[in-house]
Amino acid sequence: MAPPRPIDGTLLKQGAEAHVYKSTFLLPTVPCLIKVRPTKSYRHATLDLRLTKHRCVSEARLLNRCRSMGVLCPAVYFVDEKRGEIVMEWIEGPSVRDFLHSYLDSGSNLDDEGKNPDVQIDTLMENIGQTIGRLHDIDIIHGDLTTSNLMLRHREKQNTALDSHQGSQGFKNDTSLSDFDVVLIDFGLGQVSNSDEDKAVDLYVLERAFLSTHPRATRLFNIILESYKRSCIGSAVVLRRLQEVRLRGRKKSMVG
Amino acid sequence: MPIAIGLEGSANKLGVGIIRHTPSKPAEILSNIRHTFVSPPGEGFLPKDTAIHHRSWVVKLVKQALKESGVAVADVDCICYTKGPGMGAPLQSVAVAARTLALLWDKPLVGVNHCVGHIEMGREITGADNPVVLYVSGGNTQVIAYADQRYRIFGEALDIAIGNCLDRFARTLNISNDPAPGYNIEQMAKKGKHLIDIPYTVKGMDCSFSGILGFIDAYAGEMLSGAEKRDPDTGELITPEDLCFSLQETAFAMLVEITERAMAHVGSAQVLIVGGVGCNERLQEMMGIMARDRGGSVYATDERFCIDNGIMIAHAGLLAFQTGFTTPIDESTCTQRFRTDEVFVKWRD
Repeated sequence: MAPPRPIDGTLLKQGAEAHVYKSTFLLPTVPCLIKVRPTKSYRHATLDLRLTKHRCVSEARLLNRCRSMGVLCPAVYFVDEKRGEIVMEWIEGPSVRDFLHSYLDSGSNLDDEGKNPDVQIDTLMENIGQTIGRLHDIDIIHGDLTTSNLMLRHREKQNTALDSHQGSQGFKNDTSLSDFDVVLIDFGLGQVSNSDEDKAVDLYVLERAFLSTHPRATRLFNIILESYKRSCIGSAVVLRRLQEVRLRGRKKSMVG
Repeated sequence: MPIAIGLEGSANKLGVGIIRHTPSKPAEILSNIRHTFVSPPGEGFLPKDTAIHHRSWVVKLVKQALKESGVAVADVDCICYTKGPGMGAPLQSVAVAARTLALLWDKPLVGVNHCVGHIEMGREITGADNPVVLYVSGGNTQVIAYADQRYRIFGEALDIAIGNCLDRFARTLNISNDPAPGYNIEQMAKKGKHLIDIPYTVKGMDCSFSGILGFIDAYAGEMLSGAEKRDPDTGELITPEDLCFSLQETAFAMLVEITERAMAHVGSAQVLIVGGVGCNERLQEMMGIMARDRGGSVYATDERFCIDNGIMIAHAGLLAFQTGFTTPIDESTCTQRFRTDEVFVKWRD
């Protein structure tokens, strides 16, 4: 294993598996994100190196595959698999999670029955459904499809647009939601698979994330499913499978 | 001061324990004895033989436990027994014994979830307040955290349990089942030094061991039929000790990884290891390193409490009994399937 080297950047998040930094790539004006899988001293050095390398490379491959097939995700700038580092494009903009929180909490666009006269948000949900449909069409399973891993990026002002702390306020004042692309991030638990079960579980994870965000989000999630149905070739089977996954709730009953 | 007697027999250990609870004091273990059904090398314990073992020992053990504790039958407040999960036939034998005692002595019965017994005993002995629990044994592999009156399962083995994987590999190598196959694998692993490439099967907070077992069984099978296996770097021969070492290093790394993920998820720095595999010192060591790196610590107990025992059933049963819970005799069944999160934990905040 290469000796540890301090990362030149700001630590954004320290998860169980990876640390995420914001930094710049080549030029001080190009922001980037560095995802590092640090050495785990509890496990055998050979095993640790093997796992780090494998996960790093497979995540980078998934990102490349998505991008080449037209699914929006961060571009991979550089991979150092021995150090467990991926340097990738910085995606500016609020996550769908943050956006929905401020949007739904403001409540101004919802009438008493939770019906939403604002078509913009419906378009956004359709975009999300399309994006996931496209992802599944190319047999990529995200593995951790939560609203935090869906980003909203302004189409023109890509890296200079909204400050994420502004939340949805920025949208209402001067921009339209239709100017925003849905970008998928964090493929750390992703895999290539054409199984309906895997795809259905992906949708189930997103559904749980949506419904736990806000009770009114049920209607919004249905728009996602409708749009998914239209945009993904094998969607009918996957959606039928989703029914089963829902019934199962959390997997099997433990034996013994 | 309430006193409970606990009967455990969900697998190949028959345990009887007697416990006394005193408010705002640690629980007093008055007696904790066990007798294990040991099968010959290369064989597992079959349900019917294990049930016969339990039936023939239970009276003796109960008498001995009462004698050791110096407790008179009149002072016992309730009879606790393992309701499940576990093997059907052994569970039934012990449930019959518990019912008999309840009728004979005219005491209330308390059915206890085996997993909750492990967790509560681990908390009591180590003093860990609200840890993430890794429960690893021959029948169970679960990562558990407490929330809203339930022990919730965050991750688990999707097929066979880690202990089952180790036990079955011990059979392949014809390792003795005395005192326990896992213990003997641990001793052999201490002498291993080459790490062979074994599948590593973690998915989120879940894991799987059947593929690993299949792989290493096949590998060992080739070795046993005379094929020479060599380490690609040093050219040295791979030994059965190396296999035990590799199996432990890989499987335990998976367990530590899913535990760490659960700790990050719930924001806890304490981890408690319970269940028979929890005795393994290498697993405890690895978990300790991980916990230290997260600024926390690991809590583990020794074989008296890690391996199935009667005292944990008495302890968890008495906790429930003190909140008013009893199991009427016509409901005093047992079940092979009884998930940890089905139990309403009334005794915790």
